[in-house]
Amino acid sequence: MSLAIRCRGLVKTFPGKPPVEAVRGLDLEVRTGECFGLLGPNGAGKTTTIEILEGLSAPTAGVVEVLGRAWKTDERELRERIGVTLQETKLADKLTVLETLRLFASFYARGRSAESALDEVGLGEKRSSWVVNLSGGQRQRLAVACALVGDPELLFLDEPTTGLDPQSRRQLWDVVRALRGAGRTILLTTHYMDEAEKLCDRVAIVDHGRVIAQGSPAELIRSLGGDHVVEFAFQDGLRAGELAALEALPGVRAARAEADGGALTVGEPHVTIPALLAFAEREHRALARLSTRQASLEDVFVTLTGRHLRDA
Amino acid sequence: MRDRHPFLQLFAARLRELKREPGVLFWIFGFPLLLAIGLGIAFRNEPRTEVAVGVLRSAGAEAVAAALPAERGFRASVLTDAEAAHALRLGKVALVVVPAAESGGAPEFRFDPTRPESELARVRVHDALERAAGRVDRIEPREAPVTEPGSRYIDFLIPGLLGMNIMSGGMWGIGYAIVDMRSKRLLKRLAATPMKRTHFLGAFLAARLVLVLAEMVLLLAFGWLAFDLVPQGSLVDVVALCVLGACAFAGLGLLVATRTAKVEIVGGLINLVMLPMFVVSGVFFSSERFPDVLQPFVRALPLTALNDGLRAAILEGAPLSEQLPRVLVLLVWGAISFVLALRLFRWS
Ligand SMILES: Nc1ncnc2c1ncn2[C@@H]1O[C@H](COP(=O)(O)OP(=O)(O)O)[C@@H](O)[C@H]1O
Ligand SMILES: [Mg+2]
Repeated sequence: MSLAIRCRGLVKTFPGKPPVEAVRGLDLEVRTGECFGLLGPNGAGKTTTIEILEGLSAPTAGVVEVLGRAWKTDERELRERIGVTLQETKLADKLTVLETLRLFASFYARGRSAESALDEVGLGEKRSSWVVNLSGGQRQRLAVACALVGDPELLFLDEPTTGLDPQSRRQLWDVVRALRGAGRTILLTTHYMDEAEKLCDRVAIVDHGRVIAQGSPAELIRSLGGDHVVEFAFQDGLRAGELAALEALPGVRAARAEADGGALTVGEPHVTIPALLAFAEREHRALARLSTRQASLEDVFVTLTGRHLRDA
Repeated sequence: MRDRHPFLQLFAARLRELKREPGVLFWIFGFPLLLAIGLGIAFRNEPRTEVAVGVLRSAGAEAVAAALPAERGFRASVLTDAEAAHALRLGKVALVVVPAAESGGAPEFRFDPTRPESELARVRVHDALERAAGRVDRIEPREAPVTEPGSRYIDFLIPGLLGMNIMSGGMWGIGYAIVDMRSKRLLKRLAATPMKRTHFLGAFLAARLVLVLAEMVLLLAFGWLAFDLVPQGSLVDVVALCVLGACAFAGLGLLVATRTAKVEIVGGLINLVMLPMFVVSGVFFSSERFPDVLQPFVRALPLTALNDGLRAAILEGAPLSEQLPRVLVLLVWGAISFVLALRLFRWS
């Protein structure tokens, strides 16, 4: 199995008072042909990491190998072989879509036609529009097309769907899936757990500049011990000591308090729910809310950090 | 797939962006023309400056006013004491004549000797009164008025406006544009491609040169059509000076843009660099007006070299070989700023 990206002990400290340790010893292996996700809350160090891997900034310490090459010695070759979208790039407002793509295409020695990249992201109809007149989703797809004109083996996408409406997000997901299907290696960052689950073969969960868990979304969720989450709330909130009692109910792998109630990670909801109802009956507690859902990467993150991705 | 060379793509993209930005086009082409028209009208050369004189209402007033006829360039009005003081204060008259109390006596001139037009009025009114009193002139010079192109204010102005435009075009067109791209992270995005840095900067410079030549043609054509100003020197020399100036200011523009992250900050820096040159480098009035001790500094400024060079070439037909110090000043500014800028330049 060959690796597209390998990095060991990556550290990046931004000078200042006090210095910011954005990345603190990060290890990563991205396999050729997979879609790999860096999932983590805002400020986790995802952009810092991906820009080091893209050769746009130098690490404070650590070893980086991209496509078997090092940035110091093989920059020209690497630039031809990778494609990049940055977090929040504004392309020139008053160039048309096609002009923008032709410009980017001209930088690559090999590569492909601007038109075919345009079709790949589904922007063919907008070829003559000025960039300033595109919607957020269309701009993001244009940014991806700009990353594709060099026909890259390895594609970096930093927060590709942040700030997009749900429909634009789904369109972009389709684009990424198609790219993945065409055999390109993709490294993307996101703070949306559903995006990581739906798009990525493997995910590294990043928090405070470190990888705190790594694996396929299914593996990571399985590590919780149960595939389901039962969420509930009692009318007058959770009392002291109750959480431990609930954790002892049959089928419960883990229990945690939420804002107004609790969440139980369970293997078999049909075993746990009757036991939870019996507990409420016995303790004379009225249930305000009860629901079950599939466990997600969000639950993995909460279990590992005690915080939610969205408000971490 | 490479449709066209990356340099040509970058160059075309830059020109398209400029062409599609109406504000930019106004500043580059409309603004200097409006300035030239406005200042050309305000400072048009009148056939002969009219001398406005007040004559104090008294017994001899009519005789004095009759000695100052309109066809000799006077505009005499008879005024009361209060009116005369008021008119003098406002500059409506340059001088007030108090006619002599008895015939044969001397009149009194009231004027401010520090005002050039009052001084002029004193001399001319005195002269006219002497003639009216019977003086016989022994010398009657023939007058041959010179209003030929080359010595009017508009002739002075047009090369200055061209120089000023080359300066502000270079500073804004390169400095501001690059910082704008940096603040949008477009520079970083370009740095993530195999694009050659020299192509990028070269395309910016080339687009700038195209605009400078267009500005030059426009201003010179305007001067020729509207004011009969025909460049005396070789057009090749004028073009060469414009190109040198464009390179010097492109270098300075690049220098202020090397690390600046915000467009507001680069705007301030650009004004800081340009403002002193607007004042001292002879755009609207001659830089010779500054004291001698300052002259070496004034002449070492790139805009002074450019303006003086353009004036010498356009108005006097001086060949470039007679302007080597100015050429050198522009070359040195361009070279130093480019070298420094390329050393310090940041893509992100
Ligand atoms: N150029 C910089 N200078 C100083 N601090 C920075 C810089 N870039 C990022 N940081 C800090 O590093 C941390 C990680 O940022 P970033 O990599 O952008 O996180 P993410 O992409 O995961 O949201 C944040 O605390 C951020 O404020
Ligand atoms: Mg980020």
